[in-house]
Amino acid sequence: MIFLNQIIQGVLLGGYYALIACGLSFMYSVMRIINLAHGSLAILAAYALFVLADRYDVSPFLGLVVVIPAMALVGAGLQRAVLERSARGGLLVPVLSTFGLSIVIDNLLFQQFGADTRSLAPYIGDLSYDSWSLTDDIAIGKLAALTMATAIVLLGGIQLFLNHTQLGRMIRATAEDPDTVGLVGVNARRVNALAAAIAMATVAISGAFLAMRATFDPYSGALQLIFAFEAAVIGGAGSLWGTLAGGIVLGVAQSVGASISPQGFFIAGHATFLLALFLRVYFGDFGPRLRSWARRAA
Amino acid sequence: MSASPAVVVERWTRESRIALAVAAVAAILLALGPLWLSANLVDRLTTLFIYVILAVTWNALVGYCGLVSIGQQAFFGLGAYFAVRLADSGVSVYPSLFLAAIIVGALSLPLSALMLRLRGGEFAIGMWVVSELAHLLVNLDTLINGETGTSLIALNAYPIDARRALTYWCAFVAMGGLLTVVFFLLRGPTGSAIQAIRDNEQAAESIGVRVTRAKRTIFVLAAFGGGLAGALWVATAVTFQPKTYFSPQWTAYMIFMALVGGLGTFEGAILGAVVFFAIEAWFGGAGVWYLVGLGAAALVFALALPRGLWGWVEDKTALRLLPVGYRVRFLRAHGATEAPPSETGAA
Repeated sequence: MIFLNQIIQGVLLGGYYALIACGLSFMYSVMRIINLAHGSLAILAAYALFVLADRYDVSPFLGLVVVIPAMALVGAGLQRAVLERSARGGLLVPVLSTFGLSIVIDNLLFQQFGADTRSLAPYIGDLSYDSWSLTDDIAIGKLAALTMATAIVLLGGIQLFLNHTQLGRMIRATAEDPDTVGLVGVNARRVNALAAAIAMATVAISGAFLAMRATFDPYSGALQLIFAFEAAVIGGAGSLWGTLAGGIVLGVAQSVGASISPQGFFIAGHATFLLALFLRVYFGDFGPRLRSWARRAA
Repeated sequence: MSASPAVVVERWTRESRIALAVAAVAAILLALGPLWLSANLVDRLTTLFIYVILAVTWNALVGYCGLVSIGQQAFFGLGAYFAVRLADSGVSVYPSLFLAAIIVGALSLPLSALMLRLRGGEFAIGMWVVSELAHLLVNLDTLINGETGTSLIALNAYPIDARRALTYWCAFVAMGGLLTVVFFLLRGPTGSAIQAIRDNEQAAESIGVRVTRAKRTIFVLAAFGGGLAGALWVATAVTFQPKTYFSPQWTAYMIFMALVGGLGTFEGAILGAVVFFAIEAWFGGAGVWYLVGLGAAALVFALALPRGLWGWVEDKTALRLLPVGYRVRFLRAHGATEAPPSETGAA
């Protein structure tokens, strides 16, 4: 029963990982860029919400109304100022420039807010600790359930948007071939700026949930980037539903690992990631195969 | 105008011969460092040598191989850890520094089989995960006491002056050795191979470059260099706290040094280490703003000047002090007008 609880908690934790991986995965699939400042930007959004809640008594959920558009603007600006130039420089430059950017963001946050750990938990009332008890051993946290629901809605929403709207088709076409879309009248620069804005909007949401469920400090971004990356890779980079699956696998691995040893939480997560990498490298991508298998079974 | 110009392919020029002579003199003076320099300067130069090791090996990995790793602190930390471990189990402390680096190099060999299949950002963060995992596994060793860490107590056997001089010489020999190895590696067939890989992996493979072998050589060399730097660092700092050694900050330093000095230029990595050393000495006290500056410099250089200071100098002046490539000069029939030289890889 306790073991079952570990798995359920792991699955719910996976909801958060899917949420944070969503923007990273989206940006990678559209722009072929892995943004190393991803985690730092999520922390930036978390601090913005914290300031709103702490100084102006704005509830984090209301705060998102301001922070999501603000982060979207940051995303568009980022695309224009950094990512676009980087992408032209080949495979190396985006890695170097976004890593440099993450150092700048982390240390500016430290300069502004110091080393204290913060959390949004005090500003969301009983949502932070309330739960539904299923049995004596198993309880499902309301916040964890909300995180999972948000992840599913967000990932599903982006998927629908990409597949069924004019703009989504433009984004996919630009990802495929930015030069050719120019010939049919699509402004590739504007489309990419929009895609970056969407990615950063999801980063704002994941930053909010990170800050509500846990504590954060100016240097928390690196670990968030790693978790996001692990979830995306385990799920098969670029696939949005794969990202959810990857997040859940990572969450369960960590949760089970934590029940074995105190250090097991991180070790199991990283080891699962490396195992997934090993399988992908030597046996190919299993995501598509799994999906076609599921289709045949259905 | 007569068309067919005579072409001269040259490697050593007058400037590079002078540079080599200057380097040789500097090496001799530095080798005798502890005999004529102040204790403070000896300590600082030891630090500089370690920075040069980090910069040159990371630069070889990135600038020549096209592999950006955010996880070189894995090797740095493991080097320090194995040095502490070996010294604790009775190995003489200075040999254990080099032995630790050899172990790290050996460990990187199986790792390369997995990591070298990745590219771009995947390789970068994949290496970061490896370093996080290495950090956690090192913490499992009870000798380390978790994040509290431990010390290289075996160093207490040496009087302070002898320790300072020995560490200096170890760092000097390590730096000299690695510079020599990298220099000749880049000049030789491996150098051409990895530059071809960096520019276009498929094309390189199609003309018979053994891509995997060339990449693995550099990967292991960079791991060995990182391990050696970590082992030397613990010899100067004495204390081993896993968190400081496995920090991505080291990679930030390496990126700064290689980018500012010049990605993919041999001299640039050395220049970058010296620049970083000077900046740290002047601004290191500024704390957070110093780190903001480092990050911003990396960002700006990556976008605006990706070949760094030395790359810029090379483009403007065609100066090659320690040539790892060749230079092609076009001699017109009516005199020696020089066309802008173009660099080719070593044959």
